[in-house]
Amino acid sequence: MKSKNDRLLFVLTAVCAVLILVALYLALEGAPVANLKSETGRFAQRIIYFHIATAWVGFLAFFVTFAAGVAYLRTQARKWDIVALSSAEIGTVFMLGVLVSGSIWAKPAWGVWWVWDERLTISLVQFLIYAGYLMLRSSVEDPSRRARFAAVYGIVAFISVPINFVAIRLWRTQHPLIFGTERGGLSPNMMFAFFFCLATFTLWYGTLMWHRIRLERLHDDVEQLKQRLM
Amino acid sequence: MSYLRKVLAIVWKDLVAELRTKEMFSAMFVFAVLVVVIFNFAFDLRVSGERVRQVAPGALWVAFAFAGVLGLNRAFVLEQDRGCLEGLLLAPVDHTAIYFGKMLSTFIFMLVVEALTLPVFTAFFGINLFDLRLVLVVFLGTLGFAGVGTVLSAMTAQTRAREVLLPILLLPVATPVLIAAVKATAGILDGLPMSDLRLWLELLLAFDVIFPAVAFMTFDYVVKE
Repeated sequence: MKSKNDRLLFVLTAVCAVLILVALYLALEGAPVANLKSETGRFAQRIIYFHIATAWVGFLAFFVTFAAGVAYLRTQARKWDIVALSSAEIGTVFMLGVLVSGSIWAKPAWGVWWVWDERLTISLVQFLIYAGYLMLRSSVEDPSRRARFAAVYGIVAFISVPINFVAIRLWRTQHPLIFGTERGGLSPNMMFAFFFCLATFTLWYGTLMWHRIRLERLHDDVEQLKQRLM
Repeated sequence: MSYLRKVLAIVWKDLVAELRTKEMFSAMFVFAVLVVVIFNFAFDLRVSGERVRQVAPGALWVAFAFAGVLGLNRAFVLEQDRGCLEGLLLAPVDHTAIYFGKMLSTFIFMLVVEALTLPVFTAFFGINLFDLRLVLVVFLGTLGFAGVGTVLSAMTAQTRAREVLLPILLLPVATPVLIAAVKATAGILDGLPMSDLRLWLELLLAFDVIFPAVAFMTFDYVVKE
């Protein structure tokens, strides 16, 4: 039973690897050249396919952490805590990816690594919340207490996201827009590459979740075996 | 005993304990003044005249927020040290009454410290902060800060990292409070009409309602063994 699941996971991982290579091709070569004036701009624009897909996974992962937190508080079942933990860890990495890829794009497009734009700011705050979540977890030893605290923080943090979003949006619109937005709209061919990347990254997230949950289960098994020996 | 009486009993207990030691008041106040002083060093000579008005709201709310973190840290650590929290939990009261009691007492401590800091700030930064509308902003901002801070403080008091962890958990969640409070304060300093500030006040109000409600629903899980 277990080995069959493992084989499935292996296949899924391989499929993901292939899909990511295809997505990389689509993003760098396959998608049409953007209608932008500068040459660097046209190159830099190609980051959008991976950048937005990464951001999507980052926020999706955060939602999963929240939902698993609610489920944990209702059922007190260990499996939900594992889901919340796995999702938060993966989300942190993706959120960091969003910040880094956004900065890499901002340099040629805007001339600076960072501006306090609403989307940048909310991503940064989101990343810091994730960091806090993981630090909270590592700071509590008792497993059931750790799970409860993490669930509560996951809920509080998730509810703060829309309020944060409103606050940051209002905060930014009070200022004149220094940098023009790149709301050019995507052509149909670009749309295909865009949604392909989105779907690939979502599948990738699912695969990573599976890996991480499996790892945590194995960790639990080892702990139990240790207990039995001692 | 009604719910409100129970809440007030906890507030009363905290106030009496504080009035006897004055530990927290003095620490929070001195710290807030230090933040103001350090901001004066940090801005030294580079910011003067009209530009002081531009940085003042930020400096003021950083002082309030940091002093608030200091106070919130003590709120539950104090209860833990002598096993007082167990006593409170054993008392025949709804656990959420403990949350509201602790939240209100932290709120009161913060307000007192802020009321003392404002004149100091006015003197050091050379701008007049005496405005009734500012009282409203401080009131709403502090309530939001205490509302979400109390539930997080109850958690961090039971962790290994304790004091270190609270600001890390609290500050990103409380960014809407800081943004709205700073913006509203800046608006008041710039002499904007009340209608321009309404948006920020509404945001603070929303925060003040939503987070105590979330805490009300989850607090039980934070304190139960």
